[in-house]
Amino acid sequence: MNSGNHMITVHLLGKKFSVPDDLTIMRAMEYSGFRLIRGCGCRSGFCGACAVIYRIQGHTELRSALACQTKVTDGMCVGRLESFPINKKRYDINRLPAVNTVIGQVYPEIFHCIHCNACTKSCPQHLSVMKYIAAASRGDYASCAAESFHCVSCDICASRCPVKISHSAVGLLARRLTGKHAPVSRHLEQRIRDVEAGVYTGRLDQLKHLSVPELQRLYNDRHIEK
Amino acid sequence: MIYTEEFVESRARVEATRTQRLHEEPRRFEADEKRKLLREFHPDYSRKDFTVLQVGPNKGDKVPHELADLLQGRSRVLDRVICLEQIRYDTDVLVIGGGGAGAAAAIEARKQGASVFLVTKLRLGDSNTGMAEGGIQAADKDGDSPAIHYLDALGGGHFKNDPELLEQLVLHGPEAIQWLDRLGVMFDKEPDGMMITTHGGGTSRRRMHACADYSGAEIMRVLRDEVEDENIQIMPYSPAVELLLDENGSAAGAVIYDFDTEEYAVVRAKSVIIATGGSGRLHYQGFPTSNHYGSTADGLVLAYRAGVPLIYAEAVQYHPTGAAYPPQIYGALVTEKVRSLGAMLVNKDGAAFLHPLETRDVVAAAIIRECTARKKGVYALHGPALWLDTPMVNLLHGEGTMERSLPAMIRMYRKFGIDIRKEPILIYPTLHYQNGGICIDTDSATKIPGLYAAGEDVGGIHGTNRLMGNSLLDIIVFGRIAGNRAAIYSRTARPGRLTLEHVRRFEQERAAVGIDSVLLSPKLLPNYTHGRGLEG
Repeated sequence: MNSGNHMITVHLLGKKFSVPDDLTIMRAMEYSGFRLIRGCGCRSGFCGACAVIYRIQGHTELRSALACQTKVTDGMCVGRLESFPINKKRYDINRLPAVNTVIGQVYPEIFHCIHCNACTKSCPQHLSVMKYIAAASRGDYASCAAESFHCVSCDICASRCPVKISHSAVGLLARRLTGKHAPVSRHLEQRIRDVEAGVYTGRLDQLKHLSVPELQRLYNDRHIEK
Repeated sequence: MIYTEEFVESRARVEATRTQRLHEEPRRFEADEKRKLLREFHPDYSRKDFTVLQVGPNKGDKVPHELADLLQGRSRVLDRVICLEQIRYDTDVLVIGGGGAGAAAAIEARKQGASVFLVTKLRLGDSNTGMAEGGIQAADKDGDSPAIHYLDALGGGHFKNDPELLEQLVLHGPEAIQWLDRLGVMFDKEPDGMMITTHGGGTSRRRMHACADYSGAEIMRVLRDEVEDENIQIMPYSPAVELLLDENGSAAGAVIYDFDTEEYAVVRAKSVIIATGGSGRLHYQGFPTSNHYGSTADGLVLAYRAGVPLIYAEAVQYHPTGAAYPPQIYGALVTEKVRSLGAMLVNKDGAAFLHPLETRDVVAAAIIRECTARKKGVYALHGPALWLDTPMVNLLHGEGTMERSLPAMIRMYRKFGIDIRKEPILIYPTLHYQNGGICIDTDSATKIPGLYAAGEDVGGIHGTNRLMGNSLLDIIVFGRIAGNRAAIYSRTARPGRLTLEHVRRFEQERAAVGIDSVLLSPKLLPNYTHGRGLEG
């Protein structure tokens, strides 16, 4: 497979470089000699460390991306957004009341949303950010949790919000409340009681003291559930 | 994207055999076949890629070259004056590392009333934990038991697992899930609360709990939130570069380095927990890696220089399915859950050549055999690769399954123009996990009083090959134990005068055997600048 490797011009943190066009923004920085410390994390699109803001030279439009998940394009002018301060509140998840007004109490700024949709338009994960903030405002935490589930907390949305909402913190609280108040797993609770009662101690003790050939026989003959 | 003729023809053969393969289950290998396959094709069995250590507690043992260079490297504190009387931070418990194990340890230590200081090389949450996709094991369902979990993990680990550590892992599994559940981790559940679980490679029961394919990310962001709520002092971009002991040889803190100010500082602590994670970014044998940018084995180096032995440091896990194409995600993880949901590994002729749920080492070796000795690979970016037939998932389980269970995978490929619901993807093994590491006991304690370790940097729990889902479990189980025990130890510990004597002794040991390498360790960060930019 041949991807061409045609060279293009990019401006990275104010410096001009020529880089192959099949690189991600992050790899283009490294190709150009940057030794990354900040602005680089999992390199797989899960951690949100590498949020960048860019525009194409000569264009008015401002775009945002995760540097590890986005290919460079000709004329790209890239600036970084890292350590963007968000308004994460402190709370004890066990003490928050299980009512659907609690997020509004912790983060009342969600009610200031003017529906400009700048958050949604800037999201590199293509989430409906404004929609999940609206769900939080009306107390529908399950929807907020589901819509925000793919959030990587890059906080580009927060940097674009005219009413200063910290969207990632709102989504996280909605997910924690949804997870915490989901139906209880009775099989899990039962198993923990059995472990505490010592139900498995005898069998484990036996296994711990078997010889390797005996263990190999047990392992090779064990039933594998379909 | 420009596809070669070979690629297009081979993909057509995969599509042509798909319907027939939907109803077949390839047989599993016999024990002898597995042994032979591993011996001939698994990278751990290579003769030329290992170095025998000349100094330190594992003198005489072999480890990968890249790790040996760092374990026997030169300390970063030798060439500078560090005033040990000038104590910048004072704490009961020092946690080194901000991933899943470090965060779990910090939360538990705080719960015991200890003051906690957490230093991390990058940001809180930057870790392999946050990149784990497939799930977390725990034997909590009918028809399963901790003893069955024990046997699965033991067989997967080639019967080399430490029995006591493994028992601890499986017995605390259900409790770890409950702890996360109560913190608000959104596990996949049925409406009645029943956990939705699947198989992983080498499991005999369906005990893989998941949060779609964001399992680790979901766990990590909840833990991060909890740490931020717990009055724990966090110091990001400040890796530990050396442990501090006192004159009695007990753990007493660490020297940290601030990436921004380029200053070294002394942290005094009554106990220390090493939770620095893995080593994928050392790129053993030239493999790409699925690991976080910070995975450079730092904790192994710190512990080793202080005299703590390592176990199975030569055993490395190559995840069978790293992305071999497109170039932008080369080496990135394609979760094993794709195979848990029925997708097969297929060679260039469209033939499935093994059961997709063999253990990781066996699958990786079989892929390498297929691509080398048998010449059944398709040429991708850097060599031959094989197909993972992703469209099988929706065909087997119904439309919408992939969207529900594998949204991160769909998203990762879609960003580069590939729809994995419609077309199979090219994969090749990628460096994924450090099976071995620091020796600990069931209290997560090392041989040095007051020094604890948890997470990917410890060894013994998984033998020489870890099963999918046992790592997210071990970071929680042993992270919590380490935090608890370290806090309790700190109540009565009275550290004496801080010293770096152990570092000087190690340097003398190096000199005595004629090692004059100036390579500084711990490594801290990889260098991907092609020789440009800053040196080192």
